[in-house]
Amino acid sequence: MTITLTTDGPAEDRMPEMKQGLVGVATPRPDGPLKVTGRAVYAAEDLPEDCAFGVLVRAPAPGTITLANADELAAFDGVLSVLQDPAMIRRTAQGGAGKAPRQGPGTADFAGQAIALIVAESFEAARHAARTARVIVTGDPGLIDPAAANPEGEPKAQGDLDSAMREAEHTVDVTYRTPSMASAAMEPHAAVAWWQGENVTVRSSLQMLKDNRAELADCLGIPQDRVRLLAPFVGGGFGSKLGIAPEAVAAALAARRLGRPVCVVQERRQVFELVNRRSESHQRIRLAADAGGRLLGLGHEALVSNLPGEDHIEPVTQASRFAYAAPHRVVGERVARVSLPTAGSVRAPGEAIGVTAFECAMDELASATGIDPITLRLRNIPDRHPQNGKPFSSHRLEQALTEGAERFGWAGRNPAPRQRREGEWWIGTGVAAAFRVNTLTEAEARITLTSEGALVETDMTDIGTGTYAILTQIAGEALGLPVDLVTVRLGDTDLPPGSGSGGSFGAATTGNAVWLAALDLRQQLASRLGCEEGDLSLQDGEARVANMRRPLVALLNEGSLTGHGHIRGGEALKQVRQATYGAHFAEVAVSDVTGEVRVRRMLGSFAAGRILNPLTARSQCHGGMTWGIGMALTEGMVLDRRDGHVVNRDLAEYHVPVNADVPPLTVHFVDERDPWAGPLMVKGIGELAICGAGAAVLNAIHHACGVRVREWPATPDRVLVGLA
Amino acid sequence: MKPFDYYRAADLTEAAATHQPGSVFIAGGTNLVDLMKLQVMTPDRVIDIARLGLDRIEDDGDGLRIGALVSNSDLAADPRVRKRWPVLSRALLAGASGQLRNKATTGGNLLQRTRCPYFQDLATPCNKRTPGSGCAAMGGELRNHAVLGTSAHCLALNPGDMAVALRALDAVVEFRDAQGIAHAHPIAGFHLPPGTTPDVETVLPPGALITSVALPAPKGDRQIYRKVRDRASYAFALVSVAAVLRLERGRIVHAALAFGGLGTVPWRDPAVDALLTGEAPSMVLFDKAADLLLHPAQPREGTAFKLPLTRRLLRAVLEEATQ
Repeated sequence: MTITLTTDGPAEDRMPEMKQGLVGVATPRPDGPLKVTGRAVYAAEDLPEDCAFGVLVRAPAPGTITLANADELAAFDGVLSVLQDPAMIRRTAQGGAGKAPRQGPGTADFAGQAIALIVAESFEAARHAARTARVIVTGDPGLIDPAAANPEGEPKAQGDLDSAMREAEHTVDVTYRTPSMASAAMEPHAAVAWWQGENVTVRSSLQMLKDNRAELADCLGIPQDRVRLLAPFVGGGFGSKLGIAPEAVAAALAARRLGRPVCVVQERRQVFELVNRRSESHQRIRLAADAGGRLLGLGHEALVSNLPGEDHIEPVTQASRFAYAAPHRVVGERVARVSLPTAGSVRAPGEAIGVTAFECAMDELASATGIDPITLRLRNIPDRHPQNGKPFSSHRLEQALTEGAERFGWAGRNPAPRQRREGEWWIGTGVAAAFRVNTLTEAEARITLTSEGALVETDMTDIGTGTYAILTQIAGEALGLPVDLVTVRLGDTDLPPGSGSGGSFGAATTGNAVWLAALDLRQQLASRLGCEEGDLSLQDGEARVANMRRPLVALLNEGSLTGHGHIRGGEALKQVRQATYGAHFAEVAVSDVTGEVRVRRMLGSFAAGRILNPLTARSQCHGGMTWGIGMALTEGMVLDRRDGHVVNRDLAEYHVPVNADVPPLTVHFVDERDPWAGPLMVKGIGELAICGAGAAVLNAIHHACGVRVREWPATPDRVLVGLA
Repeated sequence: MKPFDYYRAADLTEAAATHQPGSVFIAGGTNLVDLMKLQVMTPDRVIDIARLGLDRIEDDGDGLRIGALVSNSDLAADPRVRKRWPVLSRALLAGASGQLRNKATTGGNLLQRTRCPYFQDLATPCNKRTPGSGCAAMGGELRNHAVLGTSAHCLALNPGDMAVALRALDAVVEFRDAQGIAHAHPIAGFHLPPGTTPDVETVLPPGALITSVALPAPKGDRQIYRKVRDRASYAFALVSVAAVLRLERGRIVHAALAFGGLGTVPWRDPAVDALLTGEAPSMVLFDKAADLLLHPAQPREGTAFKLPLTRRLLRAVLEEATQ
């Protein structure tokens, strides 16, 4: 049996019927002890016997490539092979691509691209040969500067924004610039591949196994059923591991050629250039408001970049299409085609930088109108989608703002900048709204009930988000089993295809598949008891119907039962606008001497449907808010203006926030059930907390010292130019 | 990493005897090993000096003698240093991370190489890495680069914090040359500006080994180390100041100001110290000091911000130190 559900409308909430009391309760990760004791096996650990090591060779610049000393390198001590296979890929696949056309080693689209693999008996020997490779680049590198390109695309216009800007009482017309950003996951991209006959197994650090299997099969030129991918533990993804990457393909090719396992790990410096970056952006934002701060028009036009042929265009204005009401609108992106590292999904593509810039502009409007920034936002919440008139599935921005404001202590704030000072430090507070689109994809899951408990299986990944924990809770809740009787197996394409982790849809999509599989089992148990499934109560390993209590084990007849669940997004994604909402609050101190900014406290208030596990959800939000601090203050890839290579390609020079940059973070969840989001009424939380977080910090900088920093990150030099 | 021979020296004599052209000494290895992995440094022979016993901090008259192998953590935590040379303790704690400070040594820290990204990148020319190949930083992306002491061949910044404090404290670097003869060289002039030979970074002759750093009695009781950086920890200085001052009857009678983040060497300008000495503190005076300090600076796109930042920082530090 399989219960299949397509979300075509609002769902019924059956959670109140369930008795185990696991969902919504802070539950530690079952995989936590494995991770903190080093027993969780990541991609490049616990290698198979006789494993060889590969190191990718980088192209120093874009152009036509010749590896001039391949024969010399092949003769190095310990070197087994210098691989330049036409099936290699040079660009990391985009999320959801499902294909990876062979790209070959003859050219480099950008500086740093991998154009060969050196395989050796030891990692050190392979690395030495890779470093000694003489790569000759000829030909035209192509365009490096996005501003010099003739961009493609045209923002969508409604009404007449130019007239609205001329006639409005208050206007803002500003440009924000954001740099390219890196995912900088802790675990570098890595793969170990081994062949058994015509079948290949690859253990790799990946987010979306179902798609990744198709991608790997595509470039290897073999059917998908000969490819098995394993990713039981993933040390952070943030979008960077959505698509198959060069090291996994190269490892599989090398293992086939050598007839032995091959492990390829991207060095940290390679991760910064081979992994898809978040595009830089130039965002022109126009706001036209009446005397009361009601928006008559809004414009959000973004210029982003990518390689020729890439279909990922950073959707900077995604939330601006529905965030605020305004009759006159110009919203959309243009893309410049350049020879820079591939741009792709990085945590909350679009809203992460788009909402942040827009929310800074809203703060500028609050200053221009003299209206409190929260009031200003409340006055502009739309009743329906402003562009297409569709209803919202659920809209909790007002609650997020007001409940957050109360907890942060916003009331009574003097809106004028430069009012509070402690020694050399200006103190200020800022607020920003958070918006993120919500979606549900497709997933299957299987639960096997035996005398040992329940085994939940799907090829879903846990990229550090807490998937093991929430799937345990969902299955245990519906089946009436305590967490220690539920085992979750993930990250293996031999298991039913889950959604993968990306776009914050993992918990809702795969969670609902597990939920449906559990409902399937409940029906089977009910039929064995001769009752309706709705009359069945499962708790602590017992089935209860009316006055009868039976241990679940007794219903198995010394065998097992298997339930299948299958969910996919349907009309519910088209008939309404589904989104998550939130509000960020920050207090900062700005040194009047140096322009250094210290975030003193931060609070996030988030509405994302039912919160399955406050512990792991809060962890996700801490991560997002920390990214917001990084976006506002420290992070940015530096690309050399001459050849586009990434200049700061390690964690010493690419500045993610360190502990000393991150103050106590408070997270508040707004109570919400969104019936359009599927039977669990769960929406994505992972990405919401980054959207707009940096704007709260940047707006607080302005409130503290009167300086608007419109080119990020707000490093001391950029704050200093505005200080008297 | 290029294959190399590894020796562990039992004593100074063996360390010297084992050294030959193409050899390097390794202590904490916090910088050397990174550069070897990148093949920016490709020694044939690595001589481990960790067992030489140079890991003590000893009283030396009214000063201290710091063994070359004393870790940054231990030096920063030494009660004598914290009490009488707090600028050194502060500078050390402003550098790197706890883990790195546990490994990094006093001698090694003086010899750390620039973090200019073009120096670390084999794909770009660098006169420091490959003499005569050119300088990719010029015309490239600048931030952690020098504005003082640069030449037409190199813009590389001398990184780090400890040496800046030592410069303000008039420390003396003690070393044995390859023949085993002991030398002492003031920290002033120990590091060399790039000139036409950016690959030559100190006065140490080939095969020489730093054995200790002598710290004379502090000449000022007002000591401040202040570092401005792009994040709150684990980042190199955009600008840093080590100030050692003494005041008598409302006048500055000793001034030693050293700067990080500005120069191709740990920067100290005797004329700036002289300008301040004998004067009553005032904002006008501090501004004059900044004018004098920054007069020879050669800012470029990407580093120009260092000038106003230095001026503001210097004023604030001097104001605090003379209160």
